[in-house]
Amino acid sequence: MGRRMWDVGRETMKPKASRAAFGEAIEELGAKNTNIVVLDADLRESTKTGAFAKKFPERAFEFGIAEANMIGAGVGLALAGKVPFVCSFACFITGRFDQIKVSLCYSRAAVHVIGTHGGIAVGADGYSQQGLEDLALMRSLPHMLVLQPADEIETKAATQYLTSHKGPSYMRLTRHNLHPVNKDSYRFIPGKGVILSEGKDVTLVASGGTVKPALDAAEALAQAGKSAQVINIHTLKPIDTELLAEAARKTRRLVTIEDHTIYGGLGGAVAEALSETNPVPIKRIGLTDFGESGETDELLEKHGLSSRRIADQVLEFLKRLV
Amino acid sequence: MPPAIESMTQRQTLSYRELKEIAREVRIDIIRMLAEAGSGHPGGSLSAVEIVVSLFYQIMRHDPKRPDWPHRDRFVLSKGHACPVLYATLARLGYFPREELMTLRKLGSRLQGHPDPAALPFLEAATGALGQGLSVAIGMALASKLEKNAWHTYCLMGDGETQEGQVWEAAMSAPKFKLDNLTAIIDYNKGQIDGHTWEVMDLEPIADKWRAFNWKVLTIDGHDFQKVIAAFKEARTIKERPTMIIAHTVKGKGVSFMENVIAWHGKAPSKEEAEKAIQELKDQKEEG
Repeated sequence: MGRRMWDVGRETMKPKASRAAFGEAIEELGAKNTNIVVLDADLRESTKTGAFAKKFPERAFEFGIAEANMIGAGVGLALAGKVPFVCSFACFITGRFDQIKVSLCYSRAAVHVIGTHGGIAVGADGYSQQGLEDLALMRSLPHMLVLQPADEIETKAATQYLTSHKGPSYMRLTRHNLHPVNKDSYRFIPGKGVILSEGKDVTLVASGGTVKPALDAAEALAQAGKSAQVINIHTLKPIDTELLAEAARKTRRLVTIEDHTIYGGLGGAVAEALSETNPVPIKRIGLTDFGESGETDELLEKHGLSSRRIADQVLEFLKRLV
Repeated sequence: MPPAIESMTQRQTLSYRELKEIAREVRIDIIRMLAEAGSGHPGGSLSAVEIVVSLFYQIMRHDPKRPDWPHRDRFVLSKGHACPVLYATLARLGYFPREELMTLRKLGSRLQGHPDPAALPFLEAATGALGQGLSVAIGMALASKLEKNAWHTYCLMGDGETQEGQVWEAAMSAPKFKLDNLTAIIDYNKGQIDGHTWEVMDLEPIADKWRAFNWKVLTIDGHDFQKVIAAFKEARTIKERPTMIIAHTVKGKGVSFMENVIAWHGKAPSKEEAEKAIQELKDQKEEG
């Protein structure tokens, strides 16, 4: 097999939105796998599936502003042996919960639900366009694989993985650029968390767009005399309980960092995973209220998701526990 | 009981009289199943018997020995609560043992209260949350187009479920994709849980609505085998657009005390009521 575009790593790659990485991956994969079909609901420009649609018009279906019908049609295509990706904003597509629950999951259909514009980092469009509860919804569904890749290389590898995944899945992507966090040698293994940096005082658990800020926060913490390790959870369901338990035993304190509500998202998943076997104090950083309009960076700062605000909250958390 | 009918060719040589006999026996099975289960939906199961029997015995290409045959015609039961009529028909055709019908809705049964496609062969999709099945059928029809029209897709809908918004999203999209390999049927029995459709949320003018969405619309008596089969055959000849068959039916058809009585939408007959219903259906057997 030749060198694929995602065989290069963080040393050489530039920041890229995970939605853009997905668009490039699906276009490339579509050439090899003629069963791949892409469904959109009037947001091709935003979900970045336009290149696929241009190249493979007979396998790209435009449903207009009608996500429920698009999801159902994706199910029919999957049950007939196609590999459908149904794409929209995270908030709109997971808002069709009943269709995803009954038509999709209960049919055990291998439909890949793609939710772009995850998180408050979406920016100026404001709360109604920001997917802030999508992971909580999708995690609750039986058989649903829930992914949130952290950079270009991981997004492309996850997309490639999904084309052979035999059940329902949800993948959450960002509108804004993500800095590379994975190395050249990175290999995506679904269900396995990734330790990106080692530490002994606290574990920062991040996912998607919060992984890079978590790594930066760990550096700031080192300067403040605290050794933080960083784990990237790209698979929220099934979550890597073993790796989290190991981290809980090692650092005895965890902080989860997510651009999503802390109720039922990454924080909820980590707390659920550890509460039965390795109960340790867990600080959940993330949203607790509606989102709002603003520039991406100022929103992340205001809502505690910039590297500086993350480091401050971690120090505060560690101080309270002493 | 008529002998088990196996091949498609054998099925297609059945006379109307034989089809009526099958329908009568399917109705008896429905009553037995529901009485044994102690819950379920007799009204909308009994109204759809001729439609389902016509499809599975006369129209659709399928093979009980190969439920996963890739080129089989697809059937999506969007009105999932009417699954007793589908279960009874599939069992008669040999998809699973007929005795198993008596496990309907019981713990551990493959015959879930609403269809679970992982449990039984030939249940194409999970349905039961109303308004969703037509979209799934559209996906199957799109897939067939990609496979050079390898199969035709049928979708049986309830009348009440067309009150769901998703149905009209689907209605708008099927003609856009020129799905002449898709036939939908509305079992227009005019009853739903809270009353008659015209009281709860009127559907009229129902045929005009589908015509306005660019469907070919056929309106028929859904209990007349000749009309039902002719409509399905005509639908196969329509090009460039999908067909909607609006089948006027009687809720609870075949059991005098259930016919057009709203209360029988979602209530199982007691043992005595079931005996009375079965006796009525037995008396309907045509001599000769």
